[in-house]
Amino acid sequence: MHAQGVWVFVEHLGGEVAPVTFELLGKGRELADDLETELAAVLLGDGVRDFAEQLFRYGADKVYLIDDSVLKDYRTYPYAKGIVKLAQKYTPEIILIGATTLGRDLAGVVATWLNTGLTADCTELSIDKTTRLLHQTRPAFGGNIMATILCKTARPQMATVRPRVFPLPEPKPRIGVVVEEELGILEEEVPTRIIKYEEEKGPGVYLDKAEIIVAGGRGLGSKKNFRLVEELAEVIGGVVGASRPAVEAGWIPYAHQVGQTGQTVRPKLYIACGISGAVQHLVGMQMSEVIVAINNDPSAPIFNIATYGIVGDVLEILPAITEEARRVLAGQRGVR
Amino acid sequence: MHAVVLLKQVPDTAEVRIDPKTNTLIREGVPSIINPYDAHALEEALRLKDKYGGKVTVVSMGPPQAAEALKKAISYGADRAILLTDRKFAGSDTLATSYVLAKAIEKIVSQEPVDLVFAGKQAIDGDTAQVGPGVAARLNMALITYIERVEEFNPDEGYVVAVRKIEGRKEYVRAKLPALLTALKGINEIRYATMPDMIRAARYQPEVWGKEQLDVEEAFLGLKGSPTQVWKSFVPQAKARAKVEMLTGSPEEVAKALVEKLVPLTLIANK
Ligand SMILES: Cc1cc2nc3c(=O)[nH]c(=O)nc-3n(C[C@H](O)[C@H](O)[C@H](O)COP(=O)(O)OP(=O)(O)OC[C@H]3O[C@@H](n4cnc5c(N)ncnc54)[C@H](O)[C@@H]3O)c2cc1C
Ligand SMILES: Nc1ncnc2c1ncn2[C@@H]1O[C@H](COP(=O)(O)O)[C@@H](O)[C@H]1O
Repeated sequence: MHAQGVWVFVEHLGGEVAPVTFELLGKGRELADDLETELAAVLLGDGVRDFAEQLFRYGADKVYLIDDSVLKDYRTYPYAKGIVKLAQKYTPEIILIGATTLGRDLAGVVATWLNTGLTADCTELSIDKTTRLLHQTRPAFGGNIMATILCKTARPQMATVRPRVFPLPEPKPRIGVVVEEELGILEEEVPTRIIKYEEEKGPGVYLDKAEIIVAGGRGLGSKKNFRLVEELAEVIGGVVGASRPAVEAGWIPYAHQVGQTGQTVRPKLYIACGISGAVQHLVGMQMSEVIVAINNDPSAPIFNIATYGIVGDVLEILPAITEEARRVLAGQRGVR
Repeated sequence: MHAVVLLKQVPDTAEVRIDPKTNTLIREGVPSIINPYDAHALEEALRLKDKYGGKVTVVSMGPPQAAEALKKAISYGADRAILLTDRKFAGSDTLATSYVLAKAIEKIVSQEPVDLVFAGKQAIDGDTAQVGPGVAARLNMALITYIERVEEFNPDEGYVVAVRKIEGRKEYVRAKLPALLTALKGINEIRYATMPDMIRAARYQPEVWGKEQLDVEEAFLGLKGSPTQVWKSFVPQAKARAKVEMLTGSPEEVAKALVEKLVPLTLIANK
């Protein structure tokens, strides 16, 4: 039987579908149209039937549903078994999964059981219409280059994609069909049990939702200088971001890291200070609306994607911008 | 308690520099290290050994040089080290890698029972985070990813409890033994090697297993056994945006020019 259809795994927590699912449905819709095939959402959980309508609105033609009390909390074994069972019966051509902690936990197991290829953290997906192959692009291992990866013969072709890499599509009224299957796994068969959980308290770093990000890189030179980045962020109401070396040097916690191994962001404004613009950083922020780059090396690749560029010493320029912004914003406040 | 720890040798990216002309990593002279996540996984395994007694076996697949990473692990206190190396293993993607690692663990289990397998969450050279779950899937072991610590190990009743850290919450997960755990970075402080262990490591030669020593089928090895292939690689092109506008002048002048541009776009907000 021919593999057919593009599938998107539906991630949900606390009664809500994760936005990455809708982003993947948006991209999945394009891929399915190019392949002239259908787009399906794969929905597993306990009492999740009602999500189906939302999934149709975001582009799904079909929802494969397994609704079972064993699926109440996400656990690798029953979720992976459920998807494998569906995939073996309905043979999709492509399965897309969000590259979240949950999605990564799941994807590696599903791909192994299906004996197929899996490409992590894709930043671009497209169909070659002549070969019908999925072109999966991600930063290449250990180089400042991107690689396009193919899974030529094994099916399905599987990829994970981080949240915010693809835009959220516009929901539209639309109808679809629900195909329901049984899980067929008893609680006793599941090798893990969640005994308890603790919600992490305290304000998190909501980089992925920030409208303004001021990010610092190795060019700041020290933890003390990194304060300059934080000061500008404070004044203009932004969130602090960082490149990997700034995180590794201990100037700022990992939660602030932008890039392939950190967060993917899409703010209105991204100010990159002392960041060279390596691909692993660019893939995390290139979708920002306006990018400002401050770097003393005029040939730094960050200038290739910047809207406004400033060549000079970040240690002199940052305080000047902070000062100017403070002055202008104070003036605005006075006028109001 | 017998734990197997999967260790990958990786280039120390903290030392990596980009060649400004070719835009690629300069690999020459870059030292190799134990993948940092795996070093924390090893530490977690050694702590269990300190507490419950037993043994830690470290396993790495890679070129002959990966023996160095294994010897380093011995110096920290691992008991046995196995290097999986063979020309036929070269070019493995994550599916082919998890195949060889799983086969090696099966062989170890046939020699002496294994309670726990530890891996890192991900290897810093590729960042796929696929190999740990893949090995667990092949061996049908319970899987707990992203662990922060092992809370309880109870071989008599056949379970382990680990704390896993995911987006916005911590989960206490109880898993049947044998289980595979993948460790986060920075979860524990890695010990210093003791003098006797350093001496032992200097003399230690890891066991070397190739295709012949494992019950493997050639079709699943290396490039042949890897469903994914790099089709092309390229230097990323700038997104279709208007060419960069450079702002020049003294720091005060560029600051003024920039803020003038950003304010009307309501790009900067008053807090
Ligand atoms: C698998 C993998 C995953 C990775 N994941 C990530 C990731 O998620 N995020 C990430 O950021 N990186 C990641 N990296 C690392 C990435 O390849 C780069 O090494 C990193 O982004 C470079 O950070 P940087 O720009 O701060 O430092 P550098 O490349 O060292 O650049 C510093 C810049 O500051 C400039 N500068 C120096 N002094 C000054 C000054 N006084 N004033 C103005 N400018 C100055 C320099 O000209 C230079 O351009 C990853 C790498 C690998 C291999
Ligand atoms: N070649 C290898 N040898 C031993 N362990 C490995 C190897 N590749 C990956 N691993 C293990 O799998 C984890 C995840 O790797 P990856 O999926 O490549 O990000 C690593 O942290 C290691 O514990």
